[in-house]
Amino acid sequence: MTAIAVSGLRKSYGDLAAVRGIDFEIEEGEVFGLLGPNGAGKTTTVEILEGYRSRDAGELTVLGHDPERPGADFRERIGVVLQQSQLWQNLTVRETHAMFAGYYRRPRDVDEVIALVGLDEKRDARVKSLSGGQKRRLDLGIALVGDPDLVFLDEPTTGFDPAARRAAWQMIRSLRSLGKTVLLTTHYLDEAEQLADRVAVMRDGHIVRVGTPQELTTTELQTEIRYRRDGADVVVRTDEPTRELARLTAEAVARGEELDGLEVRRPTLEEVYLALTREQSETGE
Amino acid sequence: MSAEALPASGRLSATFGRLFVHQLRGEQRVFWRNREAAFFIFLFPLLLFLLLGSVYSGRIYGVPAAQALLAGLIGYGCANTAFAGLAIQLVLRRENGILKRLRSTPLPPATYIASLLVSTLVVFALQTIALFLLGAALYGTPFPSKVASLAATIVIGSAAFAALGASTAAVIRSSEGSSAVVNFILLPMAFLSGAFGPTLHYPPVLRAIGDVLPLKYYIELVNAVYLHNEALWSRPWALAVLCAWGVGGLVFALLRFRWEPYGT
Repeated sequence: MTAIAVSGLRKSYGDLAAVRGIDFEIEEGEVFGLLGPNGAGKTTTVEILEGYRSRDAGELTVLGHDPERPGADFRERIGVVLQQSQLWQNLTVRETHAMFAGYYRRPRDVDEVIALVGLDEKRDARVKSLSGGQKRRLDLGIALVGDPDLVFLDEPTTGFDPAARRAAWQMIRSLRSLGKTVLLTTHYLDEAEQLADRVAVMRDGHIVRVGTPQELTTTELQTEIRYRRDGADVVVRTDEPTRELARLTAEAVARGEELDGLEVRRPTLEEVYLALTREQSETGE
Repeated sequence: MSAEALPASGRLSATFGRLFVHQLRGEQRVFWRNREAAFFIFLFPLLLFLLLGSVYSGRIYGVPAAQALLAGLIGYGCANTAFAGLAIQLVLRRENGILKRLRSTPLPPATYIASLLVSTLVVFALQTIALFLLGAALYGTPFPSKVASLAATIVIGSAAFAALGASTAAVIRSSEGSSAVVNFILLPMAFLSGAFGPTLHYPPVLRAIGDVLPLKYYIELVNAVYLHNEALWSRPWALAVLCAWGVGGLVFALLRFRWEPYGT
């Protein structure tokens, strides 16, 4: 089943074209990452899917609904973590979860959700006393308390320290095991690589590539073979690393030389990402 | 009876009722939990009553001064709670993203606004009772005889000022300035409308300004009902002006209200 289907989606703010015709589909149970630099159109895309904004053009279904004219149960079935939001500063963690649980027909058990997001020890603490990472976990908790089928996470770990980010990743992975569909935006490559089943790379309102993190790293750039010769670095880029490596090593063996510092590396997602976004800006888009 | 056993319309209103009560309880908790806001909004009119009551003596409008001041402060308290309190809260909640966050939940906007209004009204009703108790204890002011008319006046006034508060919230763009802007409107309005004492000896210019303000007409209604034991509809003109302000405020609020923050 398809959870989200988008085709030809466009949105401008005045003269600024934020989203310039994008297409993608997300299957139920999939964790899908929208990856791109700031200003690429990720948040605009997500906020259209959440029902916050109207679109200028394009076809859209989210859980079988058009988010601009959603049926009664649309908001029962989605959970939203906005890029920035605060909650009632003087309510406790538990009261805040209970407040949101009350909006849904079939909420999850409040204490269970608090445990899931790791806030057990802060259950009776006021929201204003929480750290930044804890507040973000609270945002996730209230997004999950209605037991949604589809969860939107807009830059869920921006501003986290590395330990808090690991913890958040663990939580997001647990969403997959609960069978939730997740749409995640991020400008962190490692986050997309760690969490997403598939990644769409956005740049200037376009999707420039879609695929699994593995597909993106194996098909986009040539493999790199590095070694040192006469004190200088030699870099060979090739689509046929096996053949190229055999040729290089055969030559070296014939000469009786050692290839110093020999290294074969596949491009990282970061290099692919930088190449994709550079390519896009060089074409003047 | 379970929700499933009800017909569709019954289920809808049962859902509205459940969500309304849920949100109203939440709003009350949020209000009283914030000690500073609760202090200023709830206790400030009581404090003013104590101060003014010890300054004025003799008779105003043909009744003991304390009684006339009490009526004025019911006016000020209503504007303070329903207009200023609601405007500041709405700006704050819009700018810090609570309104936007609530938009993505199944809580209907009408239910949210209704519970916010009724929550405001609960606070103001308690405040009015406290003013009467304080007046009776310290200055021997009587309790109202036209209770139904007074209650109706308070409900209509609170609704009108709440609509104006929501309008004002719509034109304030940042939460930092909201309190200053709102008090800049509230305090002169209260002064010019006679909330802190009669305006008979004010210069004509100031009285003319007061004559267009909604608070003046609300206080006129409270005076009629509480001081002179008249029915609410004995002052149709004042009632009409107050309602016109309320409807105007509601229309403006509906046109300009936004859920999302102006700030980045």
